[in-house]
Amino acid sequence: MHSLISVIVSGVAVGCVYALIALGFTLIYKATEVVNFAQGELLMIGAFVAYSFIVLWGWGYWAAIAATMIVVAVIGFLIDAVILRRIIGQPQFSVVMLTIGLGFVLRAVGTMIWGTSSLVLPTPFAGAINVGGVVVSSTTLSMMVGAVFLCGAVGMFFGLTRVGVAMQAASQNQLAAYYMGVPVKLLFSLVWAISGGIAAIAGVLIAPVTLVDSNLGFLGLKAFAAAVLGGFGSVPGALVGGVLIGLLEQLSSWYVTADMKDIAAYVALLAVLFVRPQGLLGSVGRKKV
Amino acid sequence: MRRIFKTHYNQDIDLFRDGIDRNIYCGLLVILLLLPLSVGSFWLGEISYALILSITSVGLMLLTGFAGQVSIGHGAFVGIGAYANAVLLTSGLPLPLSIIGAVVISTLVGALLGYPALRLSGLYLAMATLAFTFIVEHVFVHWESMTGGFGGMSVPAGVILNYSIMEGVSFYYLCLLSAVGALLLARNILRSPTGRAFVSIRDSEVAAQSMGVNLASKKTTAFALSAGFAGLSGALLAHRIGSLAPDAFGVLLSIQLLLMVVVGGLGSLHGAIFGAIFVSMLPQIIAVFRDTLPDSLAQQPGLEPGLFGAILVAFVLFEPAGINGRWQKVKAYFAHFPMHRKATFRRQKNFTKSERFR
Repeated sequence: MHSLISVIVSGVAVGCVYALIALGFTLIYKATEVVNFAQGELLMIGAFVAYSFIVLWGWGYWAAIAATMIVVAVIGFLIDAVILRRIIGQPQFSVVMLTIGLGFVLRAVGTMIWGTSSLVLPTPFAGAINVGGVVVSSTTLSMMVGAVFLCGAVGMFFGLTRVGVAMQAASQNQLAAYYMGVPVKLLFSLVWAISGGIAAIAGVLIAPVTLVDSNLGFLGLKAFAAAVLGGFGSVPGALVGGVLIGLLEQLSSWYVTADMKDIAAYVALLAVLFVRPQGLLGSVGRKKV
Repeated sequence: MRRIFKTHYNQDIDLFRDGIDRNIYCGLLVILLLLPLSVGSFWLGEISYALILSITSVGLMLLTGFAGQVSIGHGAFVGIGAYANAVLLTSGLPLPLSIIGAVVISTLVGALLGYPALRLSGLYLAMATLAFTFIVEHVFVHWESMTGGFGGMSVPAGVILNYSIMEGVSFYYLCLLSAVGALLLARNILRSPTGRAFVSIRDSEVAAQSMGVNLASKKTTAFALSAGFAGLSGALLAHRIGSLAPDAFGVLLSIQLLLMVVVGGLGSLHGAIFGAIFVSMLPQIIAVFRDTLPDSLAQQPGLEPGLFGAILVAFVLFEPAGINGRWQKVKAYFAHFPMHRKATFRRQKNFTKSERFR
């Protein structure tokens, strides 16, 4: 029974990181209506950069996290400002192709700089605590706390700050927001920067579990399943979806076979899309001509 | 500049625009038929590969370029075609039947996936097909009794009327026959009511529906058709590769296929062919490119997918109409020669109209 509970706990922890990646998707989609297929690659770059700071240059863990966040946020900002801004108003399809292409380029750059071998990222989270007989390692705990904290912060940012409200306005109607004096282009780049920063943290948090290599980018696709499951464009949905996908993976490898872990997320994604295309917490309407 | 004087409504949907076009295409076909006389076996193999890819490309163009549905899962259908062909051949069917069987199987799978998936629009469809790719790859790996798993599966030599198609020239003719057949089929579908329904769905689903187009059935048709095309090219590809491994039919292949239609130019069959030629020649181009680069950069792993991505990005940014669009522009430049206006093809500035708050 205890082993089942620990499976559940690790599922929730991995799920929290999926939720963070999904949060990145959701932010960009909510604000700019672009689906960023390169989110997983941003996470990969984040983990690599953190590795450089901590292992190669010997920075402290927390300083390295902050620096990594800034670096990846700048990358996100530049991606939007230099590349995506050019195709505002083009059909969805070209944006999808563009971000897929960007993902490949980022992955190639990652392997060129940091090589193909798996790297180990050291963390200060050692040991474990005992909660009611269940042993929870600090790494696991750090993933959960980080995800919940970031989700809360992002939710508050969108609801309470001036910039956040302006982002909501821009996402509802670009033209109207622009007429009201909202600097739409700058805001979009800022959203990309925030989302890049979140991806960086997700990368640092998941690195102790997965090792750091270029395959980390594929986590982005699993997080997709999470984002869709929660309803694309809903911040609490991303959290719920991420945790559900993480749980589903661990439980399916516990109850069915270990291989099921790899595709459980995708099976769930297909099932959800077929049964309830708007996701669990999403809203849907009819398009006007 | 040619101007066509139309005297009958049917001229709008003729197979060829006019006599000159027909002669050009027939001439091209004759050249392709005579090609084995003058070309070495290496290039014949490369051209066969381009022909195989162009079959999928045409199929994906039907779905993405004409019906407007994005699929990131066509690599899976190519894989299904390849494995189905190999399994059917192993079980003793003759080659033509096994290829037909492969096409039928992938068409059926396409219809089965397509019917529920096509209630989804744009983005969600892309994700559903992406998930499908992963699941199919997983099945290829783990259904070992059928596919041999990671150990790979060797494709039995195909024989038609005592001719082994493993030999370059006869394989080339088989590919040519399939590609021309696929192209004719696609062209004929496009000038039929079904094809016009595809285009109307792409341009506006709501308008199409109100004109009496049955969205679900037409989208499923488009999906199943393009899956069938992919299955055919997979069956041929199996013979080219010789030994099937599951990871050959993953996401990377799907992206390559999508790259073909985008680079070629969405919404034209010419574009599908251009894209297929481009992607099949890309490894050669990269090899040449690699020789000119300094060693430290050229020997990097991941250079190839990176270049794929970069090309994709460059095309979406600078030439969204693809190679075909560039070709049209060059043609228009010479057709209007001294009177060419620079603004003819300028892109309109646009704001994204939200698709969510409808």
